[in-house]
Amino acid sequence: MTYTALTTIIFTPLVILGLATVLTWIERRLLGLWQDRHGPNRVGPGGMFQAVADGTKILFKQDWIPPFADRGVFVAAPAIGMMTVLLSFAVIPVTMGAGIAGNMNVGLLFVVGMMGLGVYAVVLAGWSSNSKYALLGGMRAAAQMISYEVFMGLSLLGVVMMAGSFNLHDIVAAQTGLWFIIPQCLGFGVFMLAGIAETHRLPFDLPEGENELGAGFHTEYSGMKFGMFFIAEYAGIVLVASLVTTLYLGGWRGPWLPAGVWFALKTGGMVGFFILLRAGLPRPRYDQLMALGWKVLLPLSLFNVMATGTILMLRASL
Amino acid sequence: MLDTLRTLFLTALHAFHRRATVQYPEQKPYLPPRYRGRIILSRDPDGAERCVACNLCAVACPVDCISLQKTEADGRWYPEYFRINFSRCIFCGFCEEACPTYAIQLTPDFEMGEYARPNLVYEKDDLLISGTGKHPDYSFYNVAGIPIPGKDRGASERERPPVDLHSLLP
Repeated sequence: MTYTALTTIIFTPLVILGLATVLTWIERRLLGLWQDRHGPNRVGPGGMFQAVADGTKILFKQDWIPPFADRGVFVAAPAIGMMTVLLSFAVIPVTMGAGIAGNMNVGLLFVVGMMGLGVYAVVLAGWSSNSKYALLGGMRAAAQMISYEVFMGLSLLGVVMMAGSFNLHDIVAAQTGLWFIIPQCLGFGVFMLAGIAETHRLPFDLPEGENELGAGFHTEYSGMKFGMFFIAEYAGIVLVASLVTTLYLGGWRGPWLPAGVWFALKTGGMVGFFILLRAGLPRPRYDQLMALGWKVLLPLSLFNVMATGTILMLRASL
Repeated sequence: MLDTLRTLFLTALHAFHRRATVQYPEQKPYLPPRYRGRIILSRDPDGAERCVACNLCAVACPVDCISLQKTEADGRWYPEYFRINFSRCIFCGFCEEACPTYAIQLTPDFEMGEYARPNLVYEKDDLLISGTGKHPDYSFYNVAGIPIPGKDRGASERERPPVDLHSLLP
């Protein structure tokens, strides 16, 4: 293993964690912007160090494990959540040749697999907390994330068919002329919705559902264990945004600016859009969420797979 | 679907609206003259204390934060001490409504934070202001039919002299 690879491996998670921490501040500022107020603007220039203050506070908070909880699983759950998200970032190609395992030939499958494992964090947290609200949250999370995983995988099939590869580098390379958002607009829509549901972000944050479940699966968590869930969620947003960028928005491609800047800009725009979704939309009822998934998104993604396949076949035969 | 997109668009437009927040310490909010803030004791136009130590404010106070003791000097009543415990006060304004002499008044000031709780107990020196507050021309003893040194019975404003019981004239 070379020296650079080692530094990449050490620094990438740190950068992502820092990014996720700062994102908590960015989100609050943006929500403020869209709700005619300022948001946190006191600590440091423009409130920039709010994230540092919050982080310091949460580090010094008592980390209490309820006596009725299943200790081992309770401790493991947030770590699993954090781990799966961080591991997914290994295959994201920020620029040509960058990333820890940027050229992995099954990169996309790896990400989807890691997202699938991410369900464990939420379900185990809800289960091991041994309390009603946490269990209800975990149960909802299981149903929601497993069903949305189906559409997510199906919506990605169109991209894979067009690029002819699971390698994220190749997928970006295949978007030379036209970004996949145009031919794969259906898949893009489904992937966006599924991505939000996967990261259980608002408006699909039913596993947490503050006003009905306390805090859902992490009701019993406190201190830095709660912080891990929190940071993992924000890292998840960055992950889904960077996936959308890679798969549909042409990755690092773009004129004039360097590749990394383009990637950051597109990812940032997607993150901003996710926050706008939170600012603008109410949470659907749970059965509405499942109905939307199985009755609308599944047929749509199946149609997308069929249409893409047909067009590709026709084009090949011509 | 279109509704959702419209909602998102309208929400995004809010970025260009005016902020509703008042950035408080730098930017003071407008407080109307009748705002119920820090309580003061006012004076007559001629500079005498208005409070006649009738205890009505202390009775009206729902949290019993007012404490005073009556004393007499120059033929009229004064509070010997007048104490408001602002750590209890709920700024309801009942004392102001109960006051027959417009002495106790609430003012548009709320910046009275303290680090030590005993500092929130205001004595008469802290409460008494040099002006008349919200009622510039009012003087209780000028309109009340109570004789004080320098003013006989019947000498108040809009008051006739008392009937002479010993006179037979109409």
